[in-house]
Amino acid sequence: MKFTLSWLKDHLETDATLDEICERLTAIGLEVEDVDDKAAYKPFVIAKVLSAEKHPSADRLKVLMVDAGGDKPVQVVCGAPNARAGLVGALARPGTYVPGLDVTLAVGNIRGVESHGMMCSEKELNMSEAHDGIIDLPEDAPVGTPFATYAGLDDPMIEINLTPNRPDCTSIFGIARDLAASGLGTLKQPKAPDFAVSGETPVEVKIDLDDENLCPGFALRLVRGVKNGPSPAWMQTRLKAIGLRPINALVDITNYMTFDQGRPMHVFDAAKVAGNLTVRRANEGEEILALDTRTYTLSPANVVIADDNGVESIGGIMGGEHSGCDENTTDVLIESALWDPINIAKSGRSLGIITDARYRFERGVDPSYMMPGLERTTQLVLDLCGGTAAKAKVAGYKGYDARVVDFPFSEVKRLTGLNVSVEESQKILTALGFEIVSGDEARATVAVPSWRPDVDGKADLVEEVMRIHGVDQIRPEPLEHQGAVNSRILTTLQIRTRTAKRALASRGMLEAVTWSFIPEDQAKLFGGGKPQLKLANPIAADMSDMRPSLLPGLLTAAQRNADKGFGDVAIFEVSGTYEGDTPEAQRRVAGGIRRGTASLAGAGKAWSNAAKGGGKPVDVYDAKADALAVIEACGLPMGNVQVEQGGPAWYHPGRSGTIKMGPKVVLGHFGEFHPNTLSALDVSGALCGFEVYLDAMPEPKKKATRTKPALELSPFQMVKRDFAFVVDRTVDAGTLIKAATTADRKLVSGVSVFDVFEGPSLGENKKSIAIEVLIQPVDKTLTDEDFDALTKKIVANVEKSTGGILRA
Amino acid sequence: MSDLENLKTSLLAEIAAAADEPAIEAVRVAALGKKGSVSELLKTLGSMTPEERQSRGAAINALKTEVTEALAARKTVLREAAINARLAAETLDVTLPVCSSPAERGRIHPISQIVDEITAIFADMGFSIAEGPDIETDYYNFTALNFPEGHPAREMHDTFFFQPDENGERKVLRTHTSPVQVRTMETQKPPIRIVIPGKTYRQDSDATHSPMFHQVEGLVIDKKSHVGNIRWVLEEFCKAFFEVDNVTMRFRPSFFPFTEPSFEVDIQCDRSSGPIVKFGEGTDWMEILGCGMVHPNVLRAGGLDPDEYQGFAWGMGLDRIAMLKYGMPDLRDFFNADVRWMSHYGFRPLDMPTLFGGLSA
Repeated sequence: MKFTLSWLKDHLETDATLDEICERLTAIGLEVEDVDDKAAYKPFVIAKVLSAEKHPSADRLKVLMVDAGGDKPVQVVCGAPNARAGLVGALARPGTYVPGLDVTLAVGNIRGVESHGMMCSEKELNMSEAHDGIIDLPEDAPVGTPFATYAGLDDPMIEINLTPNRPDCTSIFGIARDLAASGLGTLKQPKAPDFAVSGETPVEVKIDLDDENLCPGFALRLVRGVKNGPSPAWMQTRLKAIGLRPINALVDITNYMTFDQGRPMHVFDAAKVAGNLTVRRANEGEEILALDTRTYTLSPANVVIADDNGVESIGGIMGGEHSGCDENTTDVLIESALWDPINIAKSGRSLGIITDARYRFERGVDPSYMMPGLERTTQLVLDLCGGTAAKAKVAGYKGYDARVVDFPFSEVKRLTGLNVSVEESQKILTALGFEIVSGDEARATVAVPSWRPDVDGKADLVEEVMRIHGVDQIRPEPLEHQGAVNSRILTTLQIRTRTAKRALASRGMLEAVTWSFIPEDQAKLFGGGKPQLKLANPIAADMSDMRPSLLPGLLTAAQRNADKGFGDVAIFEVSGTYEGDTPEAQRRVAGGIRRGTASLAGAGKAWSNAAKGGGKPVDVYDAKADALAVIEACGLPMGNVQVEQGGPAWYHPGRSGTIKMGPKVVLGHFGEFHPNTLSALDVSGALCGFEVYLDAMPEPKKKATRTKPALELSPFQMVKRDFAFVVDRTVDAGTLIKAATTADRKLVSGVSVFDVFEGPSLGENKKSIAIEVLIQPVDKTLTDEDFDALTKKIVANVEKSTGGILRA
Repeated sequence: MSDLENLKTSLLAEIAAAADEPAIEAVRVAALGKKGSVSELLKTLGSMTPEERQSRGAAINALKTEVTEALAARKTVLREAAINARLAAETLDVTLPVCSSPAERGRIHPISQIVDEITAIFADMGFSIAEGPDIETDYYNFTALNFPEGHPAREMHDTFFFQPDENGERKVLRTHTSPVQVRTMETQKPPIRIVIPGKTYRQDSDATHSPMFHQVEGLVIDKKSHVGNIRWVLEEFCKAFFEVDNVTMRFRPSFFPFTEPSFEVDIQCDRSSGPIVKFGEGTDWMEILGCGMVHPNVLRAGGLDPDEYQGFAWGMGLDRIAMLKYGMPDLRDFFNADVRWMSHYGFRPLDMPTLFGGLSA
C-alpha cells in the first residue's frame, strides 16, 4: 500500500516529521517497507534558456546559455530537438544524480565545448517515458526555484507492507485514523457531500444469485452530462506518485477512491449499457474482454454484472472494455457494490487477475461505506466533470450488524503483561472506532466497527490496545524455571538420528540434505511412485514424487560431484522417506553411499592408502561396515543382528545383504548396485550404499539399574587355534562362524575369518575358509586331551552345518 | 710373570679389536671358553703350591677378572653400536603425508548442527523437541491453525498439494512446522514447552527461497505465559545462538492467523560490512522471526479452553539463521550436495554444540 505524505495530511492534522510518522506506522503494525523522501529531486532547478547556438563541431548539438537564478549563466551542451532560446525547463548541475539515467553528472567536454549540467527530459527524472525532448514548462515558471516543488515531485512517498487482516488500512483515510488513535495528530473528518439530485437512475438492478452473500449490496447512480477529459493535475500527480497511470477523470476518480477511502468503485458508460443490469453467476464458457484488453473465459464460479449485451464487468475484480468510460462519455453509471471476500479471492486466483479492487474486496470492504462511498464519488464526478446526479438505485443492501465482544479489561494484562488502565483501554478502542456499548470498571461490551472484519474476539481487542499503547512498553520477563536440573529431553528416535549422523560423519562421510521430491522414474526404480505420493503441482517436472529411498538423491548427487572432477565421494543423509501419505508411513532412514575409492581408510592414490590396502574401488563390504556402524552407534545388541544374503531389486543380487533383528524386523540393506539401476539413474563408477531404518529399531529395554553387569576375568591364558575348512562355494561364512562359535559356547569366546580362498586345488565350486578360534579356559588350564576334544567338536559341528571338511 | 702380562696385553688388544658381537664372542671363547687361554691357566691352579697359588694364582684370577670386565665393556659398546646401526638403517621419511582421520574428513550438515545448537539452548530452558510428518492434512496445516477457508493468508503460502483422495480431500506438504502445535496439544497436557525443527515446503524458488526449506518453531502453553515472556525467551535465545553479549530486539505488531496478538521481530545489527551481519551492534534492523500469543481458536482446536490456558509460539527459518550466523550466501546450495560446499560449511562430527563447551568452536 503506497501513499504520499501530502495525501495522508488530507486526513491527518499533524506536525510530525516524515521520520516520526514512519516510525509510528511501523510501531503500530503498519510496517513501513519503503520511504522515498524525494531528496533526489532537490538539486533540480527551474532554468531558462537565454541563448541556443549550434555546436561548432556537431550538427545535432546546441550550446545553451542557461539562467538558473545564479549570478552567471551556465553553459550546457544539449542535443534535444526542442532546445531553444526562451525555453524554461529543469536543470541538473554537475554532482547531481539523475535517476532516469542512473548516473551522477560531472562537468563534461562534448566535442571541445564544456558542459556544466544538463537540461532534463521527463524520462531522465523518472516522471514518465517521455524522451522526445527536454521538459518544456510554461514561461512563468519561477526560474531558480526547485523544480520538484513546482512539479509536485517533492511529496515523500511511503509504502507500507500491509498484513492481510487490515482491510481498513487499504485506505489512506484508514491509515490516518490509526495514526490519530496513536496520538500522532487529529483525524480530519471528510466534508459531507453536498449536491442536488434530479430524476431517477433509469437502469434497474437485479441481484440474481443463489447465495445472497455473494453480493450483499449493489448501488448505482447515473450522472448525466459529464465532460470526461484528463483529471486535474493534483489528482494525476498523486496517482502517478503511487504508481498509477492516469487515464481520464472518471476512471481516475474510481482509482482515487480506491486508495483514498479503500472503496473500489466502477463506472460504466451509460450509453453503452443495454437494458438493465443483473448481478449473476457467469455462464459456463461466457467471455469478457476486460479493461486490461485481455479476454477471460468465465464459469459459474465467477459473479458478473451483465446487461442485454452480456457480461459487462467481473464483479469486484475488473470491468469490461465494452462499457468502459472514455473521453466521449457523457452519461456515467457509478457502481458501489459489496462482494463476498472468499469468492473474490477464488475468482481472482482462478482467472489470474490481480487488481487494486480485488486486493480490497478479498480482504473485506467496509459494508457501511457502500452508500457514503457512492455519495463521495458522485461529488468528485460533479466537481471534476460536471453533470447532474440522479437518484441512486440500491439492491440487496441490509446494512451492517455490529459484532459485539465481551471484553474483560484484565485480558490486556493476562496476555501481554502490560499494565494499561481501563480508561486508556477505553480511549484507545474508541479512537479506533470501537464503541463501548455498556460495561463497568472490569469489563465492557464492545461493538466492532464495520471496517474491522478481522476483530471478533477478546484477543483481537487486546492486540488493538497493545499496539496503540506501545509494544515497546512490554518488558522481558523470565519464563518460570521448571526445576533444578532438566532430565533427558530427546526421544530415542531423536537420539538415534543424531547419533547416526555423527557416527557416519566420523567414518569420513559428508552429510548431505537432498530433495524430498524426486523424478517419477527414479521413485519407481526404488519401489515408489504411488499415486498418493505424487504432487499435483510440482515446482518442476523432475521434482514430482515423494522419495521412497534416500539412495537416488545420493547417487545422482555423487554423479554431479564426479562430473565436476570429484569422483571419490562418501556422502550420507539421515532423513525421511515416504511409503504412504500418513504420518506412520514416513520413515526415518540413515542412508549413505561411497563412490570411487572413498573407503573408510581414505580415498585416492595417496601412498599411505596403498600401503595399508586402501585406494581400491569401494565394494559391498564398505557399505556393510557403514550400515553396521549405524546400528552399533544406535546401541542395538549386535548379537541379535544377523545379515542375510540378498537385498531389494535395486541392489546387485549377489552383492547385497539384508540386516535383520529376529526373523521379522528388517533393520536395513546394503550392497553394490544393480547395473540396470545405475544406468537408469545415468550414474557410473564404483558405487556401494546402504539404508538403515532408524524407526524400525526397537526401543531399548528399560533398565532397573544403571549398574553394569559384574566383570568376570578368567585367570587362565587365552589360546588361539587356526582351522581351515573346504566348503561348497555357496556356503556362507556366517553359517560356518556360527557353527564354530556354538560348538562349545563355554570355551569358544570368538571366531574370526582370516582367509577365504578359491582355487583349482580345492576342486570345482569349492572354497577354503580359514578361521581363528579364540579359546578361553574358565576353570582350569586345558590339557592336550581337552584341546583334541574341542577341536573334534568344532570340526564336527562345522561339517554338520556346512558340509565342510577340515583342510589337510 | 711376563707370560701373564703378555697374554693380558694380547687379549685386551683382541678385545679392543673385536668389531662386532661374533668377533667378541670368539675372543671370549678363546680366552674363557673350556679350552680358552685363561681357562687353561686356571686349570693349573690345582697343581700349585700354596705359595705359588698366592702369588701366581692371584695374578691369574686378576687376569680373568680384568679380561671378563674388558669383554663385558666391549660387548656393551658393540651392542650399542649395533643398535645404533640398526636404528640408522631403519630411518623412515616422516615427512611423507599420512591419511587424515575419518573423523577429521567427515562433516555434519549445517542444518543438523544448527538443530543441535538450538536443542542445547532450549533444553536449558526446559523445552523438549517435537516432530511431525512432512505430508499433512489440510486440517492440521491450515484449518486447525485458524486459516479460514479461502482467506488470502492461505494463498500466501504457495502450498504443494497432492492429488485429491476418493473423498475429495487433498493432503499437502506442510508449509510450516506449526501443524505440530495442534498435534502436540492433542496428545500432551499443559504445561507444554516444545521446540519443533523440521522440513517445510513452499512452491517458491530463488536465492533466498527454496521449494524445500527448514523451520524451527517453539510453543509454550500454560496458565500464565504472556508477551513479556516471549520477549525474554527470544532475547535469551538470540544472545545464546548468535553468541553475543547483547541483542536489541524490536517487536512490531503483525498478523499471523494462528496467533493473536502477533508480532514480527527485528534484531538490531550492523550490515555495513557487506554480506557479513554483526549482531549486538550497529543501527540496522533485520527481521528474523514471527511470534505471538496462541490464537484462542488454535487452543480450542487443540482441545484446550482459551480462558484457562494461554501461551505463545514463535517461528523462524532454520536455513536463514544458519546463513546469518555462518555466512552461506545462497540457500539453494544447502540442497545441492556439492562436496566442496559440505566440506567448507559443514561441521566436524566431534564438534558437538553444548552450553558447557560453547555452541561453536
